Amino acid sequence: MALLTLSSPHAHGPNATSRIMLTVALATLPGLAVMTWFFGPGTLINVILAGLTAVVCEALVLKARKYPVGFFLKDNTALVTGVLLGLALPPLAPWWITVIATAFAIIFAKQIYGGMGNNPFNPAMIGYALVLVSFPVQMTTNWAVSFQMSGSEVAGLTDTLRAIFAGSADVADVYTGATPLDDYKHLISKETSDELLTRATFNGWLNGGWEWMNLAFLAGGVFLMLKRIITWHIPVSMLAALTLCSLVFGWDHDLYTPTWLHLFSGATMLGAFFIATDPVSASTTPKGKLIYGAGIGILLFVIRTWGAYPDAVAFAVLLMNFAAPFIDAYTQPRTYGHSKARRGLKTGK
Amino acid sequence: MTHLIQLHEFDGGIHPPENKHQSTGRAIRTAPLPDELVLPLHQHIGAPSRPVVSAGDSVLKGQVIAEPHGFVSAPLHAPTSGVVAAIEDRQVPHASGMSELCIVITPDGKDEWQPHQSLCAELGVDDCDDISAADLVRRIRECGIAGMGGAGFPTSVKLSVGDNRIDTLILNGAECEPYITADDMLMRERARDIVRGAQILLQITAAERCLIGVEDNKPEAIAALEDALLALHEEHHIDVVTIPTKYPSGGEKQLIQILTGREVPSGGIPAHIGIVCQNVGTAAAIADAVDIGRPLISRITTVTGDAVSDKGNWDVLLGTPVSHLLAVSGYQPQKRERVIMGGPMMGFALPTTALPVVKTTNCLLAPTEKELPTNKPSMACIRCGLCAQACPAELLPQQLYWFSKAEEFDKAEQHNIFDCIECGACSYVCPSEIPLVQYYRFAKGAIREEQAAQEKAEQARERFEARIARQEREQAEKEAKRKARAAAAEAAQKAKKAAPAAATDAPAKTAATSSPELEKLQKQLDGAQAALTKTKEKLEAAKADPAMAEKVPVFEAALTKTQDKIKTLAKDIAAAKKAAKAAPAAADDKGDPNSPERLKKKWEMAQGRLDTAIKRLEQAEAEGSDKVEALRDGLEKQKVRVEEARQAWEAATIGQPAANAAAQGTPEPANDDLKRKILAQKDRVDKARERLSMAQAEGLDTVEALTTALSKQQDKLKQLEQQADAAGEV
Ligand code: SF4
Ligand code: SF4
Repeated sequence: MALLTLSSPHAHGPNATSRIMLTVALATLPGLAVMTWFFGPGTLINVILAGLTAVVCEALVLKARKYPVGFFLKDNTALVTGVLLGLALPPLAPWWITVIATAFAIIFAKQIYGGMGNNPFNPAMIGYALVLVSFPVQMTTNWAVSFQMSGSEVAGLTDTLRAIFAGSADVADVYTGATPLDDYKHLISKETSDELLTRATFNGWLNGGWEWMNLAFLAGGVFLMLKRIITWHIPVSMLAALTLCSLVFGWDHDLYTPTWLHLFSGATMLGAFFIATDPVSASTTPKGKLIYGAGIGILLFVIRTWGAYPDAVAFAVLLMNFAAPFIDAYTQPRTYGHSKARRGLKTGK
Repeated sequence: MTHLIQLHEFDGGIHPPENKHQSTGRAIRTAPLPDELVLPLHQHIGAPSRPVVSAGDSVLKGQVIAEPHGFVSAPLHAPTSGVVAAIEDRQVPHASGMSELCIVITPDGKDEWQPHQSLCAELGVDDCDDISAADLVRRIRECGIAGMGGAGFPTSVKLSVGDNRIDTLILNGAECEPYITADDMLMRERARDIVRGAQILLQITAAERCLIGVEDNKPEAIAALEDALLALHEEHHIDVVTIPTKYPSGGEKQLIQILTGREVPSGGIPAHIGIVCQNVGTAAAIADAVDIGRPLISRITTVTGDAVSDKGNWDVLLGTPVSHLLAVSGYQPQKRERVIMGGPMMGFALPTTALPVVKTTNCLLAPTEKELPTNKPSMACIRCGLCAQACPAELLPQQLYWFSKAEEFDKAEQHNIFDCIECGACSYVCPSEIPLVQYYRFAKGAIREEQAAQEKAEQARERFEARIARQEREQAEKEAKRKARAAAAEAAQKAKKAAPAAATDAPAKTAATSSPELEKLQKQLDGAQAALTKTKEKLEAAKADPAMAEKVPVFEAALTKTQDKIKTLAKDIAAAKKAAKAAPAAADDKGDPNSPERLKKKWEMAQGRLDTAIKRLEQAEAEGSDKVEALRDGLEKQKVRVEEARQAWEAATIGQPAANAAAQGTPEPANDDLKRKILAQKDRVDKARERLSMAQAEGLDTVEALTTALSKQQDKLKQLEQQADAAGEV
């Protein structure tokens, strides 16, 4: 009588990749809701468009590579990439920007490297960086203004659709404006901090809805931590490094962007909890995660303060992606029974 | 229990569903006698035992049927009275499904004991406390006791801790694997025996305290143990420590960490940090062995899983077929039929149920597909790091997985793959359901094989070097003799100038005296090398065998010692050789390897080889063989060699008259000396090249070193040639 012989362990826990990825996608919902509330339906349309594009591209590539399409699509990783990209792009960006960014993210940044788990860089951020560098005008002028900014109201569904799919310039002109980070960075040389903060961009509680969006992503991130899908290391070290840098170098608010604006504006929280924590391209050892997160925080501050771009989550993350394998090799934990941790990859004793 | 024990937490760990209640509902039952008992000779880690009965013999219950073979081994006893039906190869419970020699006994149903008595009675002492540790260990060995928690390491060996002072004895009652309740039920029903076993173990190890670690999901067991402690007045020496339920807290290393905060050094044994750890089942068996002289012939086995209707624990005679035990438990074969020996985390799936229960069989798990789904196809690793969070050994399972998969074994080793205890926690939590442990087993196996292969290459290299050394030695001897003759001749001729004579005389003496010394050294070296090979073999065997792990450091120490010795010897030999070589450099004789005749022969030989090489190349080209490239390379090299040989010969013939003059006692011009040096150097270059090509052919890791050595020699040669040129111009 032949029995089924399988190798131990014979039991498996409840974890499943597809569910983890779905949870990540769901955890962005509060942020998405807040963005839709403050900036109009643009982001929602982006997310749907990017999500669809991602899934379709993934399916096509899998088919071309003769992989079982259904099995791999079920892992939901393409969906997550699409969703994150949709959240990161300007709400009123023309549709082709979204499609190009997503297709590039899936086909080149992910599948060319061998598909899920093998991409050294965060695909969503590669897609974002590509369109940011290639289409700077569309990428920097299409940020919808929130209804909290005086004199403007949020774009309606029809206007949004026209802006995105028909490229109607009139809509874009009415509903878009500079982001708070952008404004502060460029105007602080001309005005004092107090003057600046009376501008429309900073209306509302802190900065015209951006604070709520960041808080919503923070909430989603805490949810992921509670679900043990991400650990605290990367977000905490990234935010800590950003805070520290802005306290040390940017203490003079008449010269530099203040700390609270760093933390609660731009893509800070989305980056800290959803993008920097992308497991595939991040560092994976506990100590490595701390270094990796801190690196992103520092780079974020440096580029925001002295670089050409008002926000820099994508570049900061991509730069640290480069370093992740190296960081991992040098931050191995001390194994049980060893007096000290091993370093690097060489076998030398 | 009177002491407050500070608990420590180990990193990682998981909380799989316990599934223990199914089998704790009923008291331990005695399994009915099967039709035959199959007793593998190799139920423990170490060497198999040797049968002392033959087919047809009648045996009594408890009678020795096989003797231990070697130190790390254990005897085997008849579990019941009956007749030895056969001694033959039978399939044994092992992951590989292999067959091994087994003693098959047909029970006679009488269950008749052979006379046995307590150790006290045997030794004629009144108080058991007076028995020496050696006597206790001997009794434990005679009773065939081997670790009953899983590995099956002979207990007497584990208790031989050498010079290590033991301060803490740990009894492992954690039983962290899901489903298994054998230890739990044993602690509930036979707590007294366990405590008694602890007393004996304390007596043997002279430890100050004993800690019995039990997970907090076994309150009945803890209560029973505490009652037993009070009853035996041991509450001051022995503590029952309740530890949090977390898999794998029952891993020896983890339990030690929880209870003491100490870590067993990598590659070491608990005794190195003053700890001896035994399973509670083993402790009870020790009590039986010492107090009534009952050898290890039965054990408690849990039979559970939804494919059996009557789940519970059985007191089973060793050798009972699994199928028998399943049958009495109401086993219903399932669609995807599986029977696991051990638990769901670390047990192995049996290839058939026609296998016997052995000393380490703590559980038979027959799950349904619904209960433990067979693995789904795995997805790609998303580097979520959950595995690293679960690993109790603080490894990076994900990295180990990538390295194993890519067969980058050196990196896997660098990431401490050999510290993996194969607990399966990482696989359990992996959301992509990657069979991680399977990859690690594969990698470990491959690394061990690689090491064995390397060892072989190393031995080949050693043999090769020994041969070269021997040849050089013989040469040196010859030259020394020749030198002595030349010196004598010179002395007879009464050389006119004292200086050169002295110069040639001195080295001759050194050479003459160094020769026997060299031989002696060489002999020593050979001996040391033989010892080295042997130690390496032993070490390898120990490494391959997880239970022999305890011996590894000992062998390793021995290995380093021998290696050091070899190094010193090699140095001595080199020094001696130098002394011997210094002699021939100044003289000339027919035996000189650089004499024109020899060089000519060398040249001719090289030319001959070149011819063969050309022929082979032509043939290969004609056949279109894929060796053409290699052959062509070889041909080029051979051409160079021929050219060198020719040049060497020419140089020698030019230098000849001068050399002859030197032999007649005229002082040598510096130029000639230089030429000779060049020739000697050329010879060295040749030799270095030969060694290198040999190393390359065998794929040895010395290639690099030899390459640098060769280029150094070549540089020297160049220098000399330049000097010669300069001298020629002057
Ligand atoms: S748990 Fe599985 S998927 Fe996650 S990092 Fe480990 S091996 Fe990869
Ligand atoms: S099987 Fe090995 S790598 Fe995996 S958790 Fe256990 S010790 Fe760690």
